[in-house]
Amino acid sequence: MHIAPARIRAHSVTTALGHGCTPHLRALREMRSGLRRAAMDEVPAASWVGIVDGVDAVSLPDDLIEFDCRNNRLAELALAGDDFAEQVIAARHRWGATRIGLFLGTSTSGIRHTEQCYKRHFEKATPGLGDALRFNQTHAYNALVDYCRRRLGLHGPALVISTACSSGAKTFAAAHRALAAGFCDAAVVGGVDSLCATTLTGFHALGLLSPFPCTPWDEGRCGISIGEGAAFALLDMETQQDTGQDDGNGLTLLGYGESNDAYHITAPHPEGAGAVLAMRAALDSAGLTAGDIDYVNLHATGTHANDQSEDTAVHAVFGTAPSASATKGYTGHTLGAAGAVEAILCLLCLRAGLIPGTINTTTVDPALSTPVIVNSRAQPISRVLTNSFGFAGNNCALVLGRA
Amino acid sequence: MFVSSFTLGIVAPGLPDWSSARPVLRAEEPYLASPLKTRPPAALTPNERRRATLATRLALDAAQQATAGADLNPSTLPSVFASADGDMSLIDSMCREIYQQHLPPSPTVFQNSVHNAVAGYWSIAEGCQRPSNSVAAGDGSFAAGLLEAATQVAVCREPVLLVAFDLPAPALLHSHRPFTCAFACAIVLTPDRRSTDQLMLDLTLCDHPDPKALTRMQDPELEAMRTGNPAARALPLLAAIAAERPTLIRLPYWPDLRLDARLHPGQDRRPEEVR
Repeated sequence: MHIAPARIRAHSVTTALGHGCTPHLRALREMRSGLRRAAMDEVPAASWVGIVDGVDAVSLPDDLIEFDCRNNRLAELALAGDDFAEQVIAARHRWGATRIGLFLGTSTSGIRHTEQCYKRHFEKATPGLGDALRFNQTHAYNALVDYCRRRLGLHGPALVISTACSSGAKTFAAAHRALAAGFCDAAVVGGVDSLCATTLTGFHALGLLSPFPCTPWDEGRCGISIGEGAAFALLDMETQQDTGQDDGNGLTLLGYGESNDAYHITAPHPEGAGAVLAMRAALDSAGLTAGDIDYVNLHATGTHANDQSEDTAVHAVFGTAPSASATKGYTGHTLGAAGAVEAILCLLCLRAGLIPGTINTTTVDPALSTPVIVNSRAQPISRVLTNSFGFAGNNCALVLGRA
Repeated sequence: MFVSSFTLGIVAPGLPDWSSARPVLRAEEPYLASPLKTRPPAALTPNERRRATLATRLALDAAQQATAGADLNPSTLPSVFASADGDMSLIDSMCREIYQQHLPPSPTVFQNSVHNAVAGYWSIAEGCQRPSNSVAAGDGSFAAGLLEAATQVAVCREPVLLVAFDLPAPALLHSHRPFTCAFACAIVLTPDRRSTDQLMLDLTLCDHPDPKALTRMQDPELEAMRTGNPAARALPLLAAIAAERPTLIRLPYWPDLRLDARLHPGQDRRPEEVR
């Protein structure tokens, strides 16, 4: 099914690489990783994380203080960065607050706050979890969308998508459908996930945490490094003919594709069957073929099985030599935010003419047939495909372009 | 927007399946409260079936009823799974393991704790590789899921399975998110009617809604169920579909935004049928 392109009017990203787009582009160019050793009490194993500096110092607006938790602080950092909130407010004046949809991905929302309530309960024998839990404003999936909706003054349709590590990417697809169906004229999409003990210890229990900074596609890869991040984009379907002017940005969502592996609750399909379906659907919806794609941003988490599965799928769709690389060595795997974070990294690369190198990776696994680009290099690109695959076999691929 | 053709599934206390729920929702039989009965998901492997959580059992049961009634191959259906809070017992279990027992969480609990684990088990059970979305919007989660599913039907012109489920939290979390019972339901929405006597569903968003204008259940126990579980906010729509009468159902979405679902007979003759 071919879709009409959606214009990307504004975007913002905050990860371990810094606050806003500028430090991200610089880090990708200079190949500087944001990962550092994990220093969370609950995490028993040596591991590396992409932690965002300055989250503890963030203050939410006074009237939204009941939403205070790490995840919403992280959202606030990204909303305030890159003039994103200002541009949404301008769109609100243009379209009306009820005509802007809000579609945000998260895997664990404000669970870090809940963990601290459990810790206090068991360590200090407090009765119950305490009123400070504020479940609906912190823990609930909806807490993220409710906070952002109030913060941006939006009154349109709004929901959280929680499909593990494909969540942030799938918000672009859901928003595009809502725009196409006429339920909104513009949409804010994105993803926010913050570091928490349940996720770090859970991945440790599965034996999937790398003891050194993750090395996607490397012969010696042995797991993921978890990161936190927040990324947002503002979409609409207006064409240049509608506005009579070129906004000079030219960034577009050209296609999306979604699928399920229907294979296993955590293990990826060995031949990447679901990933192939998602990539092909994304290309079809964009009206493009594999040869039209200048760069593939791989999901590439750095686990042995994930990278193997994705490589088989990418090879099936693209053949031997697409320009491809992985960016999780910069930010860590930001889980429910990853699809949105990596979409924004792709937009930065489209604008700058950059293919980001696969940082930390030194010896590309000879068993993998997709030759990832190891060192960042300047190269004009106009169409990219970015992959996001999640637990329970949930896959999403996006095609992004520059006019 | 229009979508049509509904087949349904339901699992709730006293409403064990759609065929027994239908006369109750049509007010032809009284609602009789009884303990929740769950069936194991037959389509999963024995190992997965044994370990299936309550959320998975309820949601897959409702989905199975709806797809069996639709006479469609479940593996061909994209799906939307709506749940306000997923499986809170797994969150409680992980936090207890970490902070009470000072152990890492069990891998099984961790992998089942993602919101879309239930959707994943459905895809595995049915061998369904079609897209699946898992969504949440607090007490408006059913409306959010219905709107997302209906949007997919309208944009992609193909049937979509909607499943909604929520279940009570364990003790420590219960007072913070008090649900009175477990509830799951499922609807298959299709773009075209199979027969002209079938009702159509027209969804519109209503801003600045009157909070008192939401559609309620007449039976006090069913009304208590509706308000006691976000997925059960579906009950008035399910009852209207069961009654097969044109009506307007006002569903809660956000406090400032209501989803109005109008059931109507549609046009007697559609242009393509005239041809």
